[in-house]
Amino acid sequence: MTNRVVITGQGAFCALGGTADAVVNAMLNGTCAIGQMDFPDVGRLSVQIGAQIKGYDANALFTRSEQALYDPFTQYALIAAKEAMAQSGLTLNDALALQTGVVLGSAGGGLQTQDQNYKTVYEDGKNRVHPFVVPRLMMNAASSHVSMAHGAKGPCFTVSTACASSNHAMGQAFQMVRSGGAQVMITGGSDSMLCFGGIKAWEGLRVLSPDGCRPFCETRNGMVQGEGAAVFVFEELEHAKARGATILAEVAGFSMTADAADIVVPSAEGAARAMAASVVDAGLNADQIGYVNAHGTATAVNDKTEVAALRTAFGSAAEGMAISSTKSMHGHIMGGTGAVELLSCIAAVKDGVLAPTVNLHSKDPACDLDVVANTARENPVEAAISNAFAFGGLNAVITLKRFS
Amino acid sequence: MAVHDKIKEILAEQALLTPEDVADTASLQDLGIDSLGVVEVIFAIEEEFSISVPFNANDPEASNFDISSVHAISAAVSQLIAQQSG
Repeated sequence: MTNRVVITGQGAFCALGGTADAVVNAMLNGTCAIGQMDFPDVGRLSVQIGAQIKGYDANALFTRSEQALYDPFTQYALIAAKEAMAQSGLTLNDALALQTGVVLGSAGGGLQTQDQNYKTVYEDGKNRVHPFVVPRLMMNAASSHVSMAHGAKGPCFTVSTACASSNHAMGQAFQMVRSGGAQVMITGGSDSMLCFGGIKAWEGLRVLSPDGCRPFCETRNGMVQGEGAAVFVFEELEHAKARGATILAEVAGFSMTADAADIVVPSAEGAARAMAASVVDAGLNADQIGYVNAHGTATAVNDKTEVAALRTAFGSAAEGMAISSTKSMHGHIMGGTGAVELLSCIAAVKDGVLAPTVNLHSKDPACDLDVVANTARENPVEAAISNAFAFGGLNAVITLKRFS
Repeated sequence: MAVHDKIKEILAEQALLTPEDVADTASLQDLGIDSLGVVEVIFAIEEEFSISVPFNANDPEASNFDISSVHAISAAVSQLIAQQSG
């Protein structure tokens, strides 16, 4: 069985804004949400910038007993899922509930919960932690709470593949709807690792930038972390049409590959195979891809490897693709980043507006493709791909098509 | 001298060599230490001498910490110890 899969709802919550529309508008305005971070012990970090969600009041959205069970990565996923489900207009009756699942990505899960509670027992010397530490920190907490909030009783799990987590998750959701394993999948990803332990661990790798995220720029000197979530409703086309749903875009293809090479250094070959196969899976030709949301971390190695991979995968057709890394604005949201970045691909195919790569002062000659620099561009796009390349050499690429 | 010997010990351990086999003029590449190995070496140096080494793997040349040879590393570490002591 090969069903067509469409997106009927989107929701987001990150430093760029509290709704999908707010995040997309901020991207199109070239807003950079990266700044000085604020949390306990931040002064002991050598890298203190990130795209942190500021002014967030959990009390306004969640009860005391809910907060006791929800790590921030779960809270963000719930906020985004609520928006996506509301936009889709779906209500899950008994029959549809059994045909609706949840697959979310996360790299860190309840890392803030672990960080705080290790501090409690090791640093503060206490012999007791809150009783809900385990259900709060587990990687599947966000997926499970989303399933409970919406009554989705079908396949439900969490995918954890570092920076590719949400692309792998959305790929699973896509394949499940396409193959008939589910009618509806609530999918995306979330992460919230902006705390002392979360950043301290990254500092050790020496790949964080101390002063900004500048993908494809000659002056780039590393990645910058962000936090947040984005969640989508993937739905079988005939089901969506039958109920008159508004369709945002079609999920047309997906591919995943492994470099089988190095635990941190990306390979152009593995990335190229994933990109090319995702477009083939979508039944498209390379010259139909008008926009690429790049992985674009702004590390020295990633960006030039990604551009080389685009040329390997698509040859001269790569010259006709507009490319941007929205991480320059929302930071690297780790297991949630592919989901937040899919928003820009939806905007590209639906509205023909291409989010920029900000902070681009002078393009690195090794990144010589059509990078959408600093300001958004209007250009109709038939199809777009979204890249995610994780530590561990795991590549996951989603292809979206304008719905018609 | 103590700094230099200790640097050689750290590099030798990373490269699976004996300290005697670590020549002053050798580069990290000569010793077979890759980019991840460099990051481990810098961590070991920071721990050993209680200093903070300014090193960004994205742009080693701009890090103001010369890792071009064993001798250069020793000199850079000695300078950091002087700057950061007290």
